[in-house]
Amino acid sequence: MSDFPILSAALLLPILGALLIMILPPRQESSIRAVAAVSTLASLLLSLGVCFGYDQAKGGMQFVESIPWVRDLGVSYALGVDGISLPLLLLTNLIGFSAVYASWHTEERVKEFFALLLLLISGVMGTFVATDLFIFFLFYEVVVIPIYLLVIMFGSSKRVTKEYAGMKLTIYLLIGSAFLLVGLIALFVKGQALLGFPSMDIGTLAGVDFPVTFQIFIYCLMAFGFGTLLSMFPFHAWSPDGYAGAPTAVSMIHAGVLKKIGGYGLIRIGLLLLPAGARYVAPLIAILALGNVVYAGIICLNQRDLKYIVGYSSVSHMGYVLLGIASVNLISINGAVMMMFAHGVMAALFFAMIGHLYQQSHTRNVGDFGGLAHQMPRLAVGFMLAGLASLGLPGTVNFIGEFTIFVGAFGVYNLLTILAISGIVITAVYILRTLGGVLFGPRRSEWDHLQDLRGVDLVPLLVLGGAILVGGILPFTIMDLINSGVGQLLVQIGPGSVGGIF
Amino acid sequence: MQDILSISWLIPVLPFLAFGAIGLWLHRWPQVSAGVSVSAIGISFLLSLLVALEVFSQGPGQVFQVSVRWLEMPGLKVDMGILVDPLAAVMLIVVTAVALLVQVYSLGYMEGDPGLASYFSYQSIFAGSMLGLVIANNFGQIFVFWELVGMCSYLLIGFWFGRPSARDAAIKAFVTNRIGDFGFLLGILFLAIIFGTLNYSELAARIPNYHNPAVLLPISILLFFGPVGKSAQFPLHVWLPDAMEGPTPVSALIHAATMVAAGVYLIARAFFIFSQVPQVMLLIAAVGGFTALFAATIALVQNDIKRILAYSTLSQLGYMVMAMGVGAMTAGIFHLMTHAFFKSLLFLAAGSVIHALQGEQDIWKMGGLSQKMPVTTWTFVIGALALAGIPPLAGFWSKDEILMGAYAGGYLGLYLLGSLVAFMTAFYMFRLIFTAFFGAGAGGQPVHESPPVMTGPLIILAFLSVVAGLLGSPLTNNVFAHYITAPGVAHHAASPAIMLTSSLLSLAGIWLAWLIYQKQVVRAEDLRRRWAWLYGLIYNKFYIDELYAWLRRVVVDAGARALEWVDLKIINGVVNGLAYLTGSSGRALRYTVTGQVQAYAAWVVLGVVILLLFALMAAIAAMV
Repeated sequence: MSDFPILSAALLLPILGALLIMILPPRQESSIRAVAAVSTLASLLLSLGVCFGYDQAKGGMQFVESIPWVRDLGVSYALGVDGISLPLLLLTNLIGFSAVYASWHTEERVKEFFALLLLLISGVMGTFVATDLFIFFLFYEVVVIPIYLLVIMFGSSKRVTKEYAGMKLTIYLLIGSAFLLVGLIALFVKGQALLGFPSMDIGTLAGVDFPVTFQIFIYCLMAFGFGTLLSMFPFHAWSPDGYAGAPTAVSMIHAGVLKKIGGYGLIRIGLLLLPAGARYVAPLIAILALGNVVYAGIICLNQRDLKYIVGYSSVSHMGYVLLGIASVNLISINGAVMMMFAHGVMAALFFAMIGHLYQQSHTRNVGDFGGLAHQMPRLAVGFMLAGLASLGLPGTVNFIGEFTIFVGAFGVYNLLTILAISGIVITAVYILRTLGGVLFGPRRSEWDHLQDLRGVDLVPLLVLGGAILVGGILPFTIMDLINSGVGQLLVQIGPGSVGGIF
Repeated sequence: MQDILSISWLIPVLPFLAFGAIGLWLHRWPQVSAGVSVSAIGISFLLSLLVALEVFSQGPGQVFQVSVRWLEMPGLKVDMGILVDPLAAVMLIVVTAVALLVQVYSLGYMEGDPGLASYFSYQSIFAGSMLGLVIANNFGQIFVFWELVGMCSYLLIGFWFGRPSARDAAIKAFVTNRIGDFGFLLGILFLAIIFGTLNYSELAARIPNYHNPAVLLPISILLFFGPVGKSAQFPLHVWLPDAMEGPTPVSALIHAATMVAAGVYLIARAFFIFSQVPQVMLLIAAVGGFTALFAATIALVQNDIKRILAYSTLSQLGYMVMAMGVGAMTAGIFHLMTHAFFKSLLFLAAGSVIHALQGEQDIWKMGGLSQKMPVTTWTFVIGALALAGIPPLAGFWSKDEILMGAYAGGYLGLYLLGSLVAFMTAFYMFRLIFTAFFGAGAGGQPVHESPPVMTGPLIILAFLSVVAGLLGSPLTNNVFAHYITAPGVAHHAASPAIMLTSSLLSLAGIWLAWLIYQKQVVRAEDLRRRWAWLYGLIYNKFYIDELYAWLRRVVVDAGARALEWVDLKIINGVVNGLAYLTGSSGRALRYTVTGQVQAYAAWVVLGVVILLLFALMAAIAAMV
């Protein structure tokens, strides 16, 4: 069993599912859904298996697979997971599985929809398990195509048209990846010069002692590329419009995991390969993070469309992740990884609930609703759980992430952290206003025809809600894993102090 | 008997289990849900009694502690633990007793409500969170449960979510508390960074010897933010009066044993920090004293029975906080305990009245209830006498300890303020009683006494409101102070002079209320008219809610609009501008691709000529 390529299996199952769907006749919608459900479930179970099988005491990259691919470039198909990528792999599968159920009632072009969705899930998963820069970048680019098609084919037009949203999303992703590509090539070339042989392996390149000015320059490119992906202020403009235009499943995956590739890249590639550069630029990132937290949070107060609220709020929450990364210490980065997981499940749950509501009511305007808890108590539970997680209530995994980041960041940036913590008040205001506006208040008879969650609709609530609560009530289950990964990474890069850019 | 302490973790866990069971399975059967909830808190109450017996048989100074690992990494450690000492034991009893009685009472009060199952599940998690807070052994854990208590109050205040007023009150409560928690969290972070631990006993060992006392000043001010929000001290008091939008038993719970008690309890728990910084102690005393007076003033003119009680809670919380500030921590906790009994009694009795009158809350529309609802009336009177501090009822002993603490501690101003508040308290409570219970009787509708399931808890609480004070009286040699104490807490022998003065002041308050509202020597209406501007100012709560609403509109909402404009016009504008630039340059340049070969040839020739010119110039330059 130890030789079984479990990561490859998890990675390829959705692709297999997509291929199978492509050869099925378009009329057989129920078999198409079944294939999607089974392949994502299998991936989810495999990644859970990896979680339980991962030896925390040993740490490091495990479940490693490596097949040489392009020898001249030092590229190999290399996979592996450690304490940082494993939670994100699990997150991808939790959300991917839920996303299939959240789109269960898709009626047009079912075949295309699920095939693209499965492709998207595989692509995102690949970025987290790849230990080779080339493979990482390859999967990252694989993600872009299904996203674009899904948005323009299945999206919705409100404040902006779905074509605009899809275009904006895609172009931002591509601009980010262009900068990234330059950075990766530079790393490869410089690495080859210093090593004497070509290598794209992250672990090998991490051993190279790049010159400090080179590190700073390349890290800036990376920070721009990954930062755009993570919707770092002021490069966040794609996020609210993109989510608003995208169909439910894409919003879930995009806000839930795709965004986290940015944070993951900043840690796994930025910090591990370019520690001196990361530390030099960190204060600037911390300041931009404050822009995320406070600026986007305040804008949320004035939003009326549910998807814009969650969109801006996710920009705001990414500020905490950036702050954690910019503080470059064990506690803060543990918190940042935890926060990525936490925000992922929370945002996906939020979008799933909004999707269910929108599918029936065809509106997302908070003012159009009111008192929905009368008609839809289960939906109300989902909204409340996502909302309370969003405002960082203890008992939800989001609290663990935020609290840990605050502790880690406070010692490094006193004032910035204090200002960032004010975000907990801002978040409470807009989340509670939104929940109050949608769920509470007098019963409105025009919504009496809405169906509450039932049957398969409950899957996202149970899976994602369960993850929120398990992580919040028993945080050690996830945090110990993260800590083993981050701890090792920080030992590898060695001690150092943050700052220099100002 | 040590075994009982080692299972004391069950006390908070049982209500949580009840919450989980109701939420997941039992909500289809409301009666079963209610039964499970009541049994859970009932068992917790019995366990608390056993735990308290064990603790008090061991003598003061005994601390039982265990923890389990919860969130741990190098440099940060938050355990889930239990700490049982006399202070925690007293709080456990108070919380479980009041929560149990409130839940039993709710069986009658909430009968037939469609949300009965969720009501009891919220009650359970509320009690569980509060118990978790009480039994916590570190600041991380207390913050976790602190926030959960806030969330539960949000759920319960907004329980009748169909009413916009209930929804708004719930949001107000949560957000106001969050502002306090913002400071509280910062204080906790400071502790974590500077001392590297959040455990009370570890901190208590380090802080007195800490080399830089100046650092303790910001820490303790920030920590005090928490109680200001949760115990509704000025200027974050605005949520508590609105919190009466919840069902009345919930108000009883919030105002007596859970929620607001948490803030006072925190000050007592962290007394080892606060007592190190005299400036902060003075600040605490001043905030408490001001809140006591300020709220008592507002209570004088309110017409809604629950609102009067709500402002009296604010005022009494101010009293407790003031006690903490003058160093009389024991007196503050003693008052917290007695207040829990008589305030929950008053709210439940008020609920009994409201229940009988189909939701009427205006005291001027009541009247003559004493004949129709004797149990409710007389228990309410006992509660009011206890609150007014008439000997030998519970409130008398505890209020007196606080006044004594202020006087003996050298805070003459606060002593006088406290005495004035005692007078006002007696006056407004008996204004309410003479009007609502003994007045002329306005309504002709048939009014009946509430069922035994509601009057039973009233009678028990009335009994406790009479006897609970004896624990801290000279009659029992002040056994309470013997156990509940901390380094830096001052104890003073009871002074007959102070006792006599405060009793006379309270009696004078009752007498004045009797003159105006029963004998009607002067008509209340005339007074109101003569002092209309003052009346308006006080009746409208000094317009503080309006001020906050205005600030929210002008600063917060306008700021949000401004930033949204920036985001749409500037940031998105730049993005769209760049896109437009790219697009238009493409549009402009496409005219160069016409498909006409002659034109291409012309461009090629032009290019060649330019290149040749460059080459020529380079050659000339080389020659020169």
